[in-house]
Amino acid sequence: MSAERPASTQPVAAEPAVDPVRASRRQMVGDGMAIAAYALPVGLVFGLTALQAHYSLVDVMANSAIAFAGGAQFAAAGLVKTHASWLAIAAIVALVNARHLLYSAALLPYAGERPRRERALMAHFLTDETFALALGHFRRIDAFDRRGYWIAAMAIFVPWQVGSIAGYLVAGAVDVDRLGLDVAFPAAMAGLSLGLVSGRRDVAAALGAVAVAVTVGLFGGASLGLVAGAALGPLFGLAVPPSAAEESSAPETPEPSAEAGLP
Amino acid sequence: MSVAIVPLALMMWAVTYPSRALPMLAPGIERLPTWAITYLRLAGPAALAALAAVNCLLTAGSPPSLLVGIEPVAVAGCVLIVARTRLLLPGVVAAVVVVAVARAFGAA
Repeated sequence: MSAERPASTQPVAAEPAVDPVRASRRQMVGDGMAIAAYALPVGLVFGLTALQAHYSLVDVMANSAIAFAGGAQFAAAGLVKTHASWLAIAAIVALVNARHLLYSAALLPYAGERPRRERALMAHFLTDETFALALGHFRRIDAFDRRGYWIAAMAIFVPWQVGSIAGYLVAGAVDVDRLGLDVAFPAAMAGLSLGLVSGRRDVAAALGAVAVAVTVGLFGGASLGLVAGAALGPLFGLAVPPSAAEESSAPETPEPSAEAGLP
Repeated sequence: MSVAIVPLALMMWAVTYPSRALPMLAPGIERLPTWAITYLRLAGPAALAALAAVNCLLTAGSPPSLLVGIEPVAVAGCVLIVARTRLLLPGVVAAVVVVAVARAFGAA
């Protein structure tokens, strides 16, 4: 039987040990590439939407780098296009991004021991995708990993910037209305809303928001309808008993929006 | 080159960053009542659905009226595709194609 053994008398010790952190990072890089693959084209759609709202290229870059909040960026561009007040835009952006409170709270057990300055910087990059990738990584290794967090953040940040700029530059060379590209914004909003739906409460909130937004909008204008729909829609969801899945879901459960390709 | 929207980007950051940072910098979100946490979770889909609705169901006039045309149909088609594939891009592309074809044939 000895012939089947390697020459070494300590075959087990000779095998390279698998570093669980590196293995988990490799898995995260693979997942991150999938995210980048769909964030890039959705970024293109944002660039197009921004062009329709008469943004400059600097405006697009500032939005994607400073605000770095895909759904909210789409929302703001659509509102700018309809000459909504910036106060209304701020209210909508705050509502759209309110879910990030839950993401941040879910990462706290892992990142809580990091220096405050580092946590403050991390927070800027905390999107749906960053959260989904980072939390999965931290859970696999049962610890915080600074390099892992930044890999997760850059997996969405870089393609989002590139896609936004490319979309803006490409869209400037075509007839947006004739090609039907003006419908991209409401279509993207509807699709993104669906991406956030994970139970009947979400469905009730979305449908309630539509009903309120259209009704109020017919009498008070689109901007007022929008704010009313966004603020009152969740009340429809709260009025519906939660499904079994919703009752058992924890705040740290990544939302399906991470599949939609937006920060 | 205009930078008119840059201040808006800063304002968007100012209302987004607290959501991302407060729980990590000042823990306590877990002490919110359950209904408040649920409201926050539901606010995302509600706000985006309201945005889609006012942009495809209302005209741009003042006061607005209900929009009748190919656009709401195209957006509904997008929703169906996203529901089936869980991917945004194919739905948006399909909506754009529907509207472009309709306009090419003078139907919108």
